[in-house]
Amino acid sequence: MSNIAQTYKRLRSSQKFQKRFGVAIRLIIAVILIAFSIFPVLWIVSASFDNANSLATQSLIPANAGIKNYQRLFNLDPNFSFGELNYWTWLWNSIKVSGINTVLGVSITTIAAYAFSRLRFKGRVPILKSLLLIQVFPNLLALVAVFTLVSSIGNIVPALGLNTHTGLIMVYLGGSMGMNIWLVKGYMDTIPRDIDESAHVDGANDWQVFTKLILPLMRPILVTIGILSFIGTYGDFLMARVLLNDSSKYTLMVGLQLFTAGQFDKKWGVFAAGALIGALPIMLLYFLLQDQIVGGLTRGAVKG
Amino acid sequence: MAIADSSEGKPVPKKFSLTTVLWKILILAFDALGIWFIVQAISLGYVELAIIVGIIVVGFNIIFTLDKGYPFRWMALGLAFLVMFNIYPIFFTMYISFTNYGDGHLLTKKQALAQIQKVTYLPEDAKTYSWTAYRSPEGNYALWLVDNADGQTYLAKPGEEIVPAQPGDPGIGEADTKGIPVSLEGYTRLTTLQAVANKELSNIMFGIEGEKTVQVRTSNEAAELKLRFVYDEATDTVIDQSNGDIYFNKEGTFTTKDGKTISPGFRAMVGWKNFQEVFNSPALRGPLITMLIWNFIFPTLSVLTTFALGLAISIMYNEEGFPLKKPIRTLLLIPYTIPSVISILIWRGMFNTEFGVINRMLIDIIGVAPRWTSEPFWARTAVIIVNLWLGFPYMMLITSGALQSIPSEIYEAAEVDGASGWQRFWKITLPLLLVSVGPLLIASYIFNFNNFNLIYLLLGGGPPIPGAATQAGYTDILISYIYNLAFAPGGRGVRYGLASAMSMMLFIIVGAITLFQYRFTNMWEEVSENV
Repeated sequence: MSNIAQTYKRLRSSQKFQKRFGVAIRLIIAVILIAFSIFPVLWIVSASFDNANSLATQSLIPANAGIKNYQRLFNLDPNFSFGELNYWTWLWNSIKVSGINTVLGVSITTIAAYAFSRLRFKGRVPILKSLLLIQVFPNLLALVAVFTLVSSIGNIVPALGLNTHTGLIMVYLGGSMGMNIWLVKGYMDTIPRDIDESAHVDGANDWQVFTKLILPLMRPILVTIGILSFIGTYGDFLMARVLLNDSSKYTLMVGLQLFTAGQFDKKWGVFAAGALIGALPIMLLYFLLQDQIVGGLTRGAVKG
Repeated sequence: MAIADSSEGKPVPKKFSLTTVLWKILILAFDALGIWFIVQAISLGYVELAIIVGIIVVGFNIIFTLDKGYPFRWMALGLAFLVMFNIYPIFFTMYISFTNYGDGHLLTKKQALAQIQKVTYLPEDAKTYSWTAYRSPEGNYALWLVDNADGQTYLAKPGEEIVPAQPGDPGIGEADTKGIPVSLEGYTRLTTLQAVANKELSNIMFGIEGEKTVQVRTSNEAAELKLRFVYDEATDTVIDQSNGDIYFNKEGTFTTKDGKTISPGFRAMVGWKNFQEVFNSPALRGPLITMLIWNFIFPTLSVLTTFALGLAISIMYNEEGFPLKKPIRTLLLIPYTIPSVISILIWRGMFNTEFGVINRMLIDIIGVAPRWTSEPFWARTAVIIVNLWLGFPYMMLITSGALQSIPSEIYEAAEVDGASGWQRFWKITLPLLLVSVGPLLIASYIFNFNNFNLIYLLLGGGPPIPGAATQAGYTDILISYIYNLAFAPGGRGVRYGLASAMSMMLFIIVGAITLFQYRFTNMWEEVSENV
């Protein structure tokens, strides 16, 4: 009898030990994984505060710490110059293009989504299905054609052509329509139709129902979709690279790539400062909206 | 706008109101702009563009004037952008892939002909003038011409019509002993010596190009130029007026029987040439096959590695009450929050073979370090490592969500049946997980299949494949290769036609993967139920 009790006791303590051992191992793995995940960030922070501005001599704790790189980034250091460094302009261009694209994109898609969600008409299902089919072929796969199209438009109306932000925004708008209409429609479908039906009975027309009822209810999700769209546009490189060709017109991502041309290692610290300033707002947005974004992910809103 | 009862979709009869009038005016303004645009497009030879804008304009008119168009008014703007900047480029790519569009053939036929028809030559029997030159302080020139045949006098300036003029006319000074004005308003007369010594003068065309132009030929003679090429629309040929040569339209270049050509050429259909070139030229085909194989390996490895790590993290730290669960997850999420272009550029610096931190550490620890930028295997390894860093947090997010939705009773039942931990993972967790995240994995596969940013920004597609006909590297994928063909030819000349033929290949592959995705996951059926 006592034998069984002893065995049981030993077994229990060994299970407990096993469990603790397991947690310890997992914590060690966590440390390694976290090191992998944040090392580039720490490295770039350190680089940005290393006055030496060189890839070759940089260490994790900067040897000669200072804010020289930030001064160089904003052209405040007369001893450092490189090409056409217009950091503020690039950042402003990025914010401008992403902001305008987001506001226009969300407005246009939300209005369109209303028709798909609330009206019943011939052609509704075929159009919805085609939208899904089209987003299989995003316009970046048709890069050459998009470039030619914008260049041709520019030969007729220069303000909409190559090297203009309007041209770039139009391409972004066209490319995101299909997916976003589906997304917004999906959310709109979750708003019960009884609400707008009773409003219709009271004599409201569609536009009134849309602006007075649906939009206020959709506001939180529209803000999330808007922020995701902003982040996506802000981070785009390819279209901006192809369609813009003046340094003063570049978006931040295109501008940052300029650092890699020639001797990247001699501009490393300044690049680090620029990368950090460019990334911080987006990182903040993500952490502030973590829950909404994760919610969006499981519904299929993929950042990539 | 008509007020409509949405639930029935039947509009109430229109009544005249301010809004109706405003809408009408808006549509008319839109039509006017659209038609102006179409006319301009046609005059430049952009027929395709004119057609697509025409379709949009007609569509808008139908939607906004017919009552039946009411539901479509809501989506008109969205669909217009979609048609113009997504659907049209896809079809336009198909068209370009059958043309020679690229260096030497960048213009439309209309534009090329307009240039060709401006070319002039100096015929032997040209009408000749004696000339006197004047120069303005800004360096502009004017000529006083005296017709050698009938003594008529003219004033000629570049870009302006040549007009008959007399000394003493407004702006023209009095005549000297030879009957030539001593000055022109804003210009001073050059002495004969100055004029003869002037190097610029003989290169300037006086008069309007394509109309009547005069050029200085010798120190005392200027001659009227003639248009060299005349286009005959009926036979689609160009005739050289100076020697009678006939140029035929040969795939976008006007060419004589003995091979003389006129520049510029223009965009023209060349049939399957671009595709044939890909298959027939070893210098294109070889690198393309290397690239295609890598183009499939890269997303496969990327999805496998990111999914494995993301899932492992989810399983390890999913447990209720695991110490520091929240901060661990937050720190591991960091790579996902940085714009990927910025992260990739940071990694580019860290992977620098000579100075990068990775190689400096490797040298310190194990004494050797791979040359990431010049050895194909290590270059590809670097790409996979960076993409693992970029992608695992996303997989972590989607798998931890999906794991929580697996009911715990299944595990309890399995435990009762004596299944080991591994068995439970392979037989229960993974299959159930794949059902819910499978579509997202395929989406991730397609995303990485076209992950231009990573490939282009990390190593520029390099190291280069030796003997490749165009710029191509061991880490290049189709989309980065297409980009190089069209936008960074590296001195080899842009090849839009060839690039579009490659894009067609990309369409087919991506389309096939998506078809598989829909089949595999029954997504289409689900979608059909949810509309």
